[in-house]
Amino acid sequence: MRIPKAASNPVSDMQRSRTRKNWLLSAPALVVLAAASSGPLLIVLVYSFLSAGEYGGVVWKFSTDAWFNVVFFRDIFDGTTTFADAHMTILWRSVRLSFITTLITLAAGFPTAYFIATRPRRNRSLWLFLITVPFWTNLLIRTFAILEVIRNEGLINIGLQTLGIIDKPIQMLYTDFAIMVGMTYVYLPLMVLPLYASMERLNFSLVEAAYDLYATRHKVLHRIIIPLVKPGIIAGSILVFIPSLGAFVTPRVLGGGKKMMLGNLIELQFGAGRNWPLGAALSVTLLALVMAALLMYVRTTQRHSGSVR
Amino acid sequence: MVEKQGTGQANTEAPLPAAIYAERVTKAFGEGKKKVLALDDVSLTIEENEFFTLLGPSGCGKTTLLRLIAGFDQPTAGAIMLRDRDISQLPPNQRSVNTVFQDYALFPHMTVAKNISFGLEMLGKPKDYIKKTVGDMLALVKMEELRDRRTDQLSGGQQQRVALARALAPRPQVLLLDEPLSALDYKLRKEMQIELKQLQLETGITFIFVTHDQEEALTMSDRIAVMNAGRILQIGTPRQIYNQPADRFVASFIGRSNFISVEVLSVEGRRARLKLSSGREVISPLPDNWVPRGRVTAVVRPEYAQLVAGSGDEGDLQGVLENIVYLGTDTQYHIRLPDETTFVTRSQNQCQETEAFEDGQSVSVVFKPEAVQVLRS
Ligand SMILES: Nc1ncnc2c1ncn2[C@@H]1O[C@H](COP(=O)(O)OP(=O)(O)OP(=O)(O)O)[C@@H](O)[C@H]1O
Ligand SMILES: [Mg+2]
Repeated sequence: MRIPKAASNPVSDMQRSRTRKNWLLSAPALVVLAAASSGPLLIVLVYSFLSAGEYGGVVWKFSTDAWFNVVFFRDIFDGTTTFADAHMTILWRSVRLSFITTLITLAAGFPTAYFIATRPRRNRSLWLFLITVPFWTNLLIRTFAILEVIRNEGLINIGLQTLGIIDKPIQMLYTDFAIMVGMTYVYLPLMVLPLYASMERLNFSLVEAAYDLYATRHKVLHRIIIPLVKPGIIAGSILVFIPSLGAFVTPRVLGGGKKMMLGNLIELQFGAGRNWPLGAALSVTLLALVMAALLMYVRTTQRHSGSVR
Repeated sequence: MVEKQGTGQANTEAPLPAAIYAERVTKAFGEGKKKVLALDDVSLTIEENEFFTLLGPSGCGKTTLLRLIAGFDQPTAGAIMLRDRDISQLPPNQRSVNTVFQDYALFPHMTVAKNISFGLEMLGKPKDYIKKTVGDMLALVKMEELRDRRTDQLSGGQQQRVALARALAPRPQVLLLDEPLSALDYKLRKEMQIELKQLQLETGITFIFVTHDQEEALTMSDRIAVMNAGRILQIGTPRQIYNQPADRFVASFIGRSNFISVEVLSVEGRRARLKLSSGREVISPLPDNWVPRGRVTAVVRPEYAQLVAGSGDEGDLQGVLENIVYLGTDTQYHIRLPDETTFVTRSQNQCQETEAFEDGQSVSVVFKPEAVQVLRS
């Protein structure tokens, strides 16, 4: 509903002054939030335009070298410039693995959320509780648990060998596959929870109405359930895709040194690489990627949101 | 009633098979101690083109029976036949039965027109047929102007019409309506009652209508099934249900009733000779499958009893007028009987009439012919 413009309407005046007061009341929190979020970002942005110190840190001298180095690679001996393949490979791997992880968690999380949402009300909290159990253990420990399962002398390989299905262990550890398994495992709850939240609100008599009107199960899913839980799908995808893009621990443990992701590359620059400006520039690149992804989500939602409440 | 041999063979005698035939349907929810018998051995036949109403108090199993017919639940025992075909185990999308839900269940992400075309699309009808039918349906429920509105921007009455059009568009053999009018205000409800009845006549589709409003049931139905606690107590036309209620529950659920005690003198066929407390003898038809004996309860509707002044011997009951309630179209008289119970009579008002009775006056009640109806007990 559109509220008619009426400048001297006493009610709207009162509402306006109340709104103003609310703003004032929340001002301290807003200031802290703004400082805490934009402060570090600003520092990172400034660092990306400075020169690298010899033993790490930055030298306060303006330079675009860092940004140049994100995309290009300059040979220190002959000074020739080539495209920074390594960076692009890592970037591409990050985007690709995050995307696939999002798809897998969606494929696994959707039926899970549907299952929980269709349980009797009193049983639902138990299922939700079980979903959150993995959060009780430290991320690092959970990741090492996966490592134990998929390494060459791990559960799967030993099991398959004992059963005589394979005679040589399958190399799973230190591959893209390993990173994907790890990220899927870690981020699955982040997909299930928002999906569940929107499925719980779904009016199941709409599903019955669709069946009643001759829809098959497949049609009910595509024409009724998916459009109506779309906000949950989008929220879950964002919650999985963004942290996946910046994942650090999982690729470090399961990808070894060989299969780096953006997070590891950044860590390398701030650590052993002693190139803080490059690390900062890569961080800003990551941020830009996240923003681009978010924008895409927002635009696709808006296009369909004529239909979603 | 003719017993139908029911396992889906076509009945060679009847020209049309019954639209719906439920044979000894039982539905239980839960197990063990928590077991609820929502439907307890229910049998009924609903004819083609009939406006059939399920009437009963909350929790008596009306919705459960509709859900079994629609296919959302399966009966625990018994079978449901749609035009002589056993549909008990078919899923909802394979039954030519559509439902108008109590909360309408319109698809919120679709326009009015899209809601109405949904069933037709699912049936794979050709595009131009869908377009034409949606247009016809919109015209039928007078919603042409709002075809591109989203359904959450409609009033209750409008939503109701869309739900109806959506369910009618695929031309089902049977339309189920679960208290479709209960969310509407009184005036709109009255209008929709007439429209619904009109729509049923126009489309010629069998309607099974659920309500717990007795007035609604009486005005709209060809036949009514009165239910209580998972059982069907009586099936009949509105007149039969009102004039010859089968038992005390039906009598008190529909309309206002006075219960009196009578003595059975003799039973001849489906009629009984009764002796009233005044000593007068009257004849009453009997409810199905019931042979009364000794002292039994009978019902007298308020408008079938007349009030006369004075405590003369000609009355069937004597008492003191306790209360006069003026209702516009008619007047109700509450009479206190010697046994301290209250008897109510009702008479239609005439124009310019002044009240002939006053409170505290001694009065007699005279039953009109055939006013007394024996109840099953
Ligand atoms: N899914 C279910 N699980 C357990 N019990 C149920 C279920 N559905 C219905 N019941 C029970 O079955 C009985 C009949 O319910 P039903 O919904 O058919 O009543 P109703 O006549 O439609 O009532 P109302 O007028 O309130 O809608 C009630 O006692 C109800 O509690
Ligand atoms: Mg109900």
